[in-house]
Amino acid sequence: MRSFDYARAASVDEAIRAGADGAVYLGGGTNLVDLMKLGVVEPGALVDVSRLPLDMIEELPTGGLRIGATVRNSDLALNGLVRERYPVLSQALLAGASGQIRNVATVAGNLLQRTRCPYFQDVSKPCNKRRPGSGCPAIKGAHQGLAIFGHSDACVATHPSDMAVALAALDARVETASRTVALNDFYVLPEERPELETVLEPGELVVAVSLEAPLEGARSAYRKVRERASFSFALVSVAVVATVVDGTVRSARIAFGGVAPRPWRALKAEEALSGREASAESFEAAAAAELEQARPLRDNGFKVELVRRLLVWTLTEVCK
Amino acid sequence: MTVLTRALGAPMTRVEGGLKVSGEARYAYEHRAQRLVYGWIVQSTVARGRIASLELEDALAVPGAVAVVSHANAPALQPSDRAELAVLQSNAVAYRGQIVACALGETLEAAREVAARVAIAYEPERHDVVLYAEHPRLFEPETVNPRYPARTDQGDADAGLATANVAIDCTYTTPAFHNNPMEPHSSMALWEDGSLLIYDSSQGAPYARDQLAELFGLEPEQVRVISEHVGGGFGSKGTPRPQVVIAALCAKVVGRPVKLAVTRQQMFAFTGYRTPTIQRMRLGARRDGTLTALVHDAILQTSTLEQFAEQAAICSRMMYAAENRRTTHRLAALDVPTPSWMRAPGECPGMYALECAMDELAISCGIDPIELRVLNEPPLDPSNGHPWSSRNLVVCLREGAERFGWQERDPTPGVRREGRWLVGTGVAASTYPAFRQKSQARVRAEADGGFTVMIGAADIGTGARTVIAQIAADALEVSPSAVRVEIGDSALPPAWLAGGSGGTASWGSAVVPACRLLRERLGAGEEAPLEVSVDTEQELEQDRRDVSRHAFGAQFAEARVDVDTGEVRVPRLLGVFAAGRILNPLTARSQFIGGMTMGLSMALHEQSVIDREFGDYLNHDFAQYHIASCADALDIDAVWVEEQDPYLNPMGSKGIGEIGIVGTAAAIANAVHHATGVRVRDLPIGPARLVRGLP
Amino acid sequence: MASEIELELTVNGVPRSLEVDVRTTLLDLLREHLDLIGAKKGCDHGQCGACTVLVNGHRANACLLLAVSLGGADVTTIEGLASDGELHQLQRAFIEHDAFQCGYCTPGQICSAAGMLSEASEEGVALDAAEIRERMSGNLCRCGAYVNIVAAIAEVAER
Repeated sequence: MRSFDYARAASVDEAIRAGADGAVYLGGGTNLVDLMKLGVVEPGALVDVSRLPLDMIEELPTGGLRIGATVRNSDLALNGLVRERYPVLSQALLAGASGQIRNVATVAGNLLQRTRCPYFQDVSKPCNKRRPGSGCPAIKGAHQGLAIFGHSDACVATHPSDMAVALAALDARVETASRTVALNDFYVLPEERPELETVLEPGELVVAVSLEAPLEGARSAYRKVRERASFSFALVSVAVVATVVDGTVRSARIAFGGVAPRPWRALKAEEALSGREASAESFEAAAAAELEQARPLRDNGFKVELVRRLLVWTLTEVCK
Repeated sequence: MTVLTRALGAPMTRVEGGLKVSGEARYAYEHRAQRLVYGWIVQSTVARGRIASLELEDALAVPGAVAVVSHANAPALQPSDRAELAVLQSNAVAYRGQIVACALGETLEAAREVAARVAIAYEPERHDVVLYAEHPRLFEPETVNPRYPARTDQGDADAGLATANVAIDCTYTTPAFHNNPMEPHSSMALWEDGSLLIYDSSQGAPYARDQLAELFGLEPEQVRVISEHVGGGFGSKGTPRPQVVIAALCAKVVGRPVKLAVTRQQMFAFTGYRTPTIQRMRLGARRDGTLTALVHDAILQTSTLEQFAEQAAICSRMMYAAENRRTTHRLAALDVPTPSWMRAPGECPGMYALECAMDELAISCGIDPIELRVLNEPPLDPSNGHPWSSRNLVVCLREGAERFGWQERDPTPGVRREGRWLVGTGVAASTYPAFRQKSQARVRAEADGGFTVMIGAADIGTGARTVIAQIAADALEVSPSAVRVEIGDSALPPAWLAGGSGGTASWGSAVVPACRLLRERLGAGEEAPLEVSVDTEQELEQDRRDVSRHAFGAQFAEARVDVDTGEVRVPRLLGVFAAGRILNPLTARSQFIGGMTMGLSMALHEQSVIDREFGDYLNHDFAQYHIASCADALDIDAVWVEEQDPYLNPMGSKGIGEIGIVGTAAAIANAVHHATGVRVRDLPIGPARLVRGLP
Repeated sequence: MASEIELELTVNGVPRSLEVDVRTTLLDLLREHLDLIGAKKGCDHGQCGACTVLVNGHRANACLLLAVSLGGADVTTIEGLASDGELHQLQRAFIEHDAFQCGYCTPGQICSAAGMLSEASEEGVALDAAEIRERMSGNLCRCGAYVNIVAAIAEVAER
């Protein structure tokens, strides 16, 4: 690990000034320190934002919730309002990482965590995300765990977060010091520039995530499929928030994890479901509509089948 | 042999337990020294070729840099047949991740940064790292580990298959597995007056000492290896790994003590692993299930540096009766790290294939898999015609069936559903040889009335320290609390290493006579302090060679498979073992269930993925190489049947460190088939392999 | 550039004032500078839990925390869990249940269990075996002592 300057920001303004000068924000550090040890990230300066007063969870006048950027994952998962109104978020958080990591990792850090693609994490190998233009060995290499949606010829990595999948289904908004962006516009797909992962400008600081008031009568669930029973990243996960009235799906918001370079909002499936009878046929049709866009790689075709089964099952549970 | 019983057979807690739970037990890396230098290993980034040049300017400019040791400046080692240990002796690269340099720094942080800035240019050559059944370079080695013939033929196997009423022909594969003890391989080396002191994470300090003495051209007395506490090994710390040589080399170069730990990622390159296997099983049987032919063809990999031939098919030579039998091993020497010892080498992958094949045969014959095994029980060891010292496989199967509720089992696959789960059960047999190796022990009666047992044994988590105290206490006819045990130091009497499930048998064989002799002499009026030593070499030479000694067991598994996702859970695992006398039921149960947990992990989680393009094991950390977590280990239990076996050792014990992993994966695979009707023959079993076959 | 920064924190009740390299993790600070070797390095990337300690009462992976970010923190390691020479009840339960073999993951398991028991008590959650298993899954054990670890923790949780 290269040495660096370290400073603790006394205020948001101070942090932003340091960020504008190129310092990298240190929150919980559970991913950043990991990547620094691997040499994947080599910041010249860190500005510690973990003690800024951004650790509040506030109820908004609209009935929504504003979650500070440095709220720890475990605090968010266990917050009474979150558990009551956004159980899908709490479930997603508790499905992620370990108790130790959740105690330290922050909301913003979770949103901004980097892919666990094995090639990205190994600096002795090419990776377009890490070293633009160097190539993507995963396309022909070991990619069982990588993307089936939204990838490009330059990058097939997946976004690893569970939390962000739930936030995508909740139509969350990300607040920076200067603007607010819908979470579903926050992440960008790799196309030719996989090194760009979000719309954040250099030095832009995430200060909060906000949620609208929960939909009346909505039910939700987060389901995660993984290779061991706990403490592993998703093969595929899904967050569903749906409202069913008299057997008809009024609204459904669906996001997948583990299948795309960002939390994958399943707009085609949502569209196919909206106004339809809550039945096995509709759920299958929704899955099929979404999976029309799937482009599995040589060795991850099983994810297509997993997405289908997981979605149908979860919709069946949520819409019953 | 007379066997005394007081301490032995009692569930004694670990004598070093207090140290381990309070964080005071000091492992190799945790020793202290003045003027210490930290080492950080640098690995090759090509899988085959030569180092063209080293650029060290940036590296040595790092504040706190001490040196970079490479083939350019490393002292010469004596020639050795352990090519993996001939580190930094040439510019040749035999696999990706091989050690090409070691960065040294005043601090750990400096050493790591120095290592990151070492720039190496290579002349790469084409590499070949993927094992497959039709690999053109497959060859039959002369022997497989430790010294079995690679091929055996009995009767006419092809004719036996051709005339069988029922025959199966299936190929099973296991991926490479990495031992992954929790303590990374670590060493600290100190030179003083031409002598070498090493703190090492070793399963056998005396053995490591001898190897180091040979490599450095020293007399064994000039080298001392201390491994007081070892954080697991599972075979990977049995023979010395390159890091211990690197530490000693670097300490010599800089004239200061050097310590280094292999990183978790680096452990996937040069600290050993189990070869991937491709095993074709052909079984022929009469309609009633009697085996007429058994053919086990194992394909394995080795490296271009050393030949390591895992004895995967030898279990098929002794498990079952069959008139016609053939077993073969073929290897491909690839541009990969040399495979090495991992828990139950041979039996672990071999019994996975054999016991799945037996399950498939039972289904083909329409008979119960337990009855199939009972039917084919061999009265004598089929591999050599010798009688068994004891063989209680059938008792284990029957006892397990009773405890597990096997009687109510409907054999039809894929018909039981509880909520979201498809439910099934499976069984497999287990075995591991029982042997002992020469060892020496010294026992001293202390003036204060206590006793000290000194032996170059190792406790890598097996409970060796504890069971040696129990063995000595009974032989001395004192309480274990009166016995102090000194192990883990090559300055102690040399003894067999903690490996091959032969530790306790080998050590106890020396400790018991030493204690008895001491007791006799004290009884005859000699006074403490008094010391006696015993060497078992002669006694072992007189051991009967016409008896086959093996432990046996039966593994039962219940598998539940999520009907949509193919996620597999194992709510019940039961092992029933016949392993001679169980010396400490508390620590023995831990050994058994620990092995079974690793077997579960093998069945469902573990897989080292070789990268075809770059040539290394790609998923080289715990986030990508999954081992079973706490949430995966549900009801895992082990019991044992009483076994009196006079042909073993003074304790009447068989080794128990490895048998727990043998058969577990097969039992689970068989249970998954019973649950789903889907037969997965390639490990690991999970959503990726199941989801498209589910209803 | 090897920046050193002054750091004050409390470890096992003892206030410490240190100069640390900015790159030093809490884990390396404990092990290499304070000779508190109980927290173990099993992976150095937050993937095994062997380095688990309590930071301000909450369990955390010491390998992922930069020491410089911990000014004023109160750190408890396995060495600080026993009091007045008496083993903590978790430590005793681990011995009695043979909840370890090689012992390398053990201090992390015990610190994690201590943190986990406080978390469950704050949440008002009753800990059955399934709940303990899930909550302890950040602590890997290659010897496969999980069954006994869960039994040991369950015994303490019931008290």
